[in-house]
Amino acid sequence: MKKKKTYLDYAATTPVDPRVLKVMLPYFSEKFGNTMSLHNFGQEAKNALEQARENVADLIGAKSDEIIFTSSATESNNLALKGITFANKDKGRHIIISSIEHSCIIQSAEWLTSHGFKVTRLPVDKYGFVNENELEKAIKRDTILISIMHANNEIGTIEPIKKIGEICKRKRIYFHTDAAQTFGKIFIDVNLMNIDLLTVSSHKMYGPKGAAALFIRKGIRIEPLIHGGGQEEGLRSSTINVPAIVGFGQACKISKKEMEKESKRLKRLRDKLIKGVLKKIPGSYLNGHPKKRLPNNANFRFDFIEGESIIIQLDLLGIAASTGSACSSAKLEPSHVLLEIGLKPYQAHGSLRLSLGKWTKEKEIDYVLKVLPKIIKKLRNISPFKKNE
Amino acid sequence: MNKKIGPYTKKVIEHFSKPHNFGKMKNPDGIGKVGNIVCGDVMWLYIKIGKDKKKREIIKDIRFETFGCVAAIATSSVITDLIKGKTIDQAIEFDRQKVVDALGGLPPIKLHCSVLAVDALIEAIFDYLTKKKRKIPKELVKRHKRIEKEKKEIEKRYKEWVKIEEKMHKE
Repeated sequence: MKKKKTYLDYAATTPVDPRVLKVMLPYFSEKFGNTMSLHNFGQEAKNALEQARENVADLIGAKSDEIIFTSSATESNNLALKGITFANKDKGRHIIISSIEHSCIIQSAEWLTSHGFKVTRLPVDKYGFVNENELEKAIKRDTILISIMHANNEIGTIEPIKKIGEICKRKRIYFHTDAAQTFGKIFIDVNLMNIDLLTVSSHKMYGPKGAAALFIRKGIRIEPLIHGGGQEEGLRSSTINVPAIVGFGQACKISKKEMEKESKRLKRLRDKLIKGVLKKIPGSYLNGHPKKRLPNNANFRFDFIEGESIIIQLDLLGIAASTGSACSSAKLEPSHVLLEIGLKPYQAHGSLRLSLGKWTKEKEIDYVLKVLPKIIKKLRNISPFKKNE
Repeated sequence: MNKKIGPYTKKVIEHFSKPHNFGKMKNPDGIGKVGNIVCGDVMWLYIKIGKDKKKREIIKDIRFETFGCVAAIATSSVITDLIKGKTIDQAIEFDRQKVVDALGGLPPIKLHCSVLAVDALIEAIFDYLTKKKRKIPKELVKRHKRIEKEKKEIEKRYKEWVKIEEKMHKE
């Protein structure tokens, strides 16, 4: 029996676009050179690397020598936070992040506190927005870095990063933004938005896993985390993962062309999904902002039931989704993002994230709208908290 | 190899998808309410007591209502199967490992769900014996006290949320 497969977890990872895979393949066995070698094999790889660098830079209005390739967004975020603070510790020892950052930012900041730095975790409102006035108030004389994500990976809220960038510029503080969820999906321009450092990732935008990058504005000095052969201007030693980076570059090229149209298409599907769920399912709510959210993100919560149960029920029907419920996490703690936007743990338990992508079709949204209400009803029937009917 | 769905065995998924004996019971002889919505799992067990041919008291009927994850729902369902028809003494002696075995195993992080299911059973029997003003075995009192103590500790930690939870029960 072949099960219908409906992938609605694009925010977790995306499949590699076949056009991306095609350009990657020669770089495994034919053009396998090491970018550091002087011979033809090496130079062939080096040229491919530099072409990819241009493609990444091109998508955010940067220059190609401002792009450092890494292996993951997690690594880029670690490099941004640790690299900037360690290079600037004589100027100041205070950094500001939002309370809903990805765990790699939160954990890096936490680690910095054990190395003499102070961290302010800025609260957010019920939609997940950072307040610019609060941010300005949190700035101290020795603040050296502010890191606020472009859009939240769970609830999809898009932060006012242009305004934050203006504040940082005025106050002469480095501004880093984690754009793992927005890069290649919505417009980014590092100059218009006054961004000094920006994290981007390949596998969230139809490139392969194992490639990511950090934009570092020209003239900004950072301390490397990985020392060795001096690749990437000495900021990230390691043999270059050429096939993955070539794929990443190709994914950027495709996004540049298709992003605008695709984003419109996804927004329509997303809004249909949100409208349908809220209408068909009593006791359902949208997490995050109805408009200022990622074009492909819908995040709900449902009264009286628990997220992992919803995920497995959906999985049995071939639908892939995710949840911020405690029961599904390794630590049995609900998602910090959902708690920070003011949800109580029992509300966070009933959360469901559906994230759409390039291959999401309207009939798949219809399918979800058909089966989800039944699943919710079934689970509520088992729950002791259901209203007596 | 036994195919798994997520971290769960086929047996767990069977009970989760088609749980046995769920829903409220009218006029139960005993109710056991355990867990806390704050940490994720809440289990209510209802029991009805009858007599077998030898005139011993048995769990004639048993039903559950559970708020929680896949493991919580599956353990609730399977314990109702395993306990139905057992004498009260057998039910008190019941080993939670039997729940885990009947499900073909549970992920380590979910083993606490089987504890919760047995706790709910113990509380339901305690409730029944208390209502009937029977002499309650020492061991049972001890276990009841432990469950109560754990409940209070959670309540202390999450006072405000527990209030909301109670309100939800009443609705």
